[in-house]
Amino acid sequence: MSSKGIRIEGLKKRYGGGDTAVDALKDVAMDVAPGEVVGLIGPSGSGKSTLLKCLGAVIDPTAGRMTLGDEVIYDDGWKVRDLRALRRDRIGFVFQAPYLIPFLDVTDNVALLPMLAGVPNAEARAQALELLTALDVQHRARAMPAQLSGGEQQRVAIARGLVNRPPVILADEPTAPLDSERAMAVIRILNDMACKFETAVIVVTHDEKIIPTFKRIYHIRDGVTHEEAGEGRGFA
Amino acid sequence: MISLAGRDILHAWGKFVFTGIGLGLLIGVTLTMAGVYRGMVDDGRALLDNSGADLWVVQKDTLGPYAESSSVNDDVYRSLLAMPGIAQAVNVTYLTMQVRRGDSDVRAMVVGIAPGELGTPGWPPYLVAGRQITRGHYEAVADIASGFRVGDRLTIRRNHYVVVGLTRRMVSSSGDPMVFIPLKDAQEAQFLKDNDAIWQSRRRTGANPAFNRPGVPDLLDAVIASQSTNAFVNAVLVTIKPGHAPDEVARSVGRWKRLTAYTRLQMEDILVGKLIATSARQIGMFLVILAVVSAAIVAFIIYTLTMDKIREIAVLKLIGTRNRTIAAMIMQQALALGLIGFVVGKITATFAAPLFPKYVLLVPFDSIAGFFAVLAICVLASVIAIRMALRVDPAEAIGG
Repeated sequence: MSSKGIRIEGLKKRYGGGDTAVDALKDVAMDVAPGEVVGLIGPSGSGKSTLLKCLGAVIDPTAGRMTLGDEVIYDDGWKVRDLRALRRDRIGFVFQAPYLIPFLDVTDNVALLPMLAGVPNAEARAQALELLTALDVQHRARAMPAQLSGGEQQRVAIARGLVNRPPVILADEPTAPLDSERAMAVIRILNDMACKFETAVIVVTHDEKIIPTFKRIYHIRDGVTHEEAGEGRGFA
Repeated sequence: MISLAGRDILHAWGKFVFTGIGLGLLIGVTLTMAGVYRGMVDDGRALLDNSGADLWVVQKDTLGPYAESSSVNDDVYRSLLAMPGIAQAVNVTYLTMQVRRGDSDVRAMVVGIAPGELGTPGWPPYLVAGRQITRGHYEAVADIASGFRVGDRLTIRRNHYVVVGLTRRMVSSSGDPMVFIPLKDAQEAQFLKDNDAIWQSRRRTGANPAFNRPGVPDLLDAVIASQSTNAFVNAVLVTIKPGHAPDEVARSVGRWKRLTAYTRLQMEDILVGKLIATSARQIGMFLVILAVVSAAIVAFIIYTLTMDKIREIAVLKLIGTRNRTIAAMIMQQALALGLIGFVVGKITATFAAPLFPKYVLLVPFDSIAGFFAVLAICVLASVIAIRMALRVDPAEAIGG
């Protein structure tokens, strides 16, 4: 498999200790290449959210190894000192709900990340507009989030996840609140952006409509992942 | 970097402005309370300034004439005038009472002033209308705050007076407007009784064999005459000749005349430190309570506003926003709220102060101190919300 993108080997996560210890992740292995969109599916309580939080450097895994690009970021302990900067600069997040900042307009919602990274405001806004144009929401650039439709909000959220050109995007049920047409549009956008920006995309989903679009799927059950080929039907 | 606090305020400006107005009214009350205290102190100082005296000679071992009753013989001023260093010595009486005008009455401090001219201690130093008292009886000069006008007829005890002049900022230490009348009238007013009481008093004296001796026919008349006149005043106002120290003259008066003399500083200390000290503590307690209530309101508002943004804060933390950026956002909002509140409060206090019945003095120092106190309170009040925001787990932004 690829040496870029994100690779996970033997990832474990245990909550608590002693008799009450719960092994949420027992043995997780994933390898997602740049430009690839994979699905991560599993029943409730299988460990999807825990895996997403570990990948997002929000919680600490118990053991295992994670490689982002050529850099080992976790090997039985974090190898990166500033996890906040890691999340800001190298991991993009797309949530089930868009969670846009309600008091910032569309452009600034997207430009906020590069601004936080120290990019001058004008430059950050230019980057944001470029992405908004790519996602076909540039005409709502000055609108407030409350003025957008659900699909527009999700596209803005995708733009926010992509704006710092992260090598990996973690998408947590990004199509859950959308109808079939909009759900397919969002997955198409994620695929396009993954190709365009050489980004590895992991999509956690329950959505039966979009599962056939993945070429590879990771099933997670009882904290263990199993890889299988998807239908990879593409988009109509 | 854009101002997250500023954007949030602009987004929910209505909520901020109305909350700020509410807080501002509270701050306005606080500033006004401070102004009430300053007004009391200034009233006390105005009372001393307007008396035109360097020394107040009062009954021995009393704090009179403003803080305690004081009584000295009305001929003491003559012997004081003979002492080295004393330029003027003038009798004065003070009596706080209800002064009637027609069917209504006004609480006022009636000041009995000795005959003289403008510049005589005890006299109102300036007029805003009319003229000074020129007749020996039944003329009055009133402070404009009393509501009297030139030509009004007042009733003090059984006597009627015509207001011939009006003055301004001549008030007692408790803020009552002054009414100046001739000294003799004021001395009479202090002990003037109604006709029935006088008749009863004469009857009792006449029934007393010690005063009504058949062998001394004029004794009873002499005793009754002494009972119906008042030979006392409350204080003697003294001015010092150039080159003499008020402290030395005051000590000399105390030593040789068996009276107590206070300098301007000592009298100010009595007025501010003793007479209005309890009121000052009372107002101080109010200020503390208002500050605590303001802090609680700001803390509650900022806490509520932060609680409303928990999900956004989790997202901000997840996407890599530093804690200090989030803390700064909350603190800036608290400070903005305080700023709006202070501006509203200052405007409220400025417009409300003249409406109060007593003098409310808003001094720039109190405004500046109040401004920084509001900012400090807002910073402290935002601490709870900041602590809560910093405890938000960025994982909350991810489902599951």
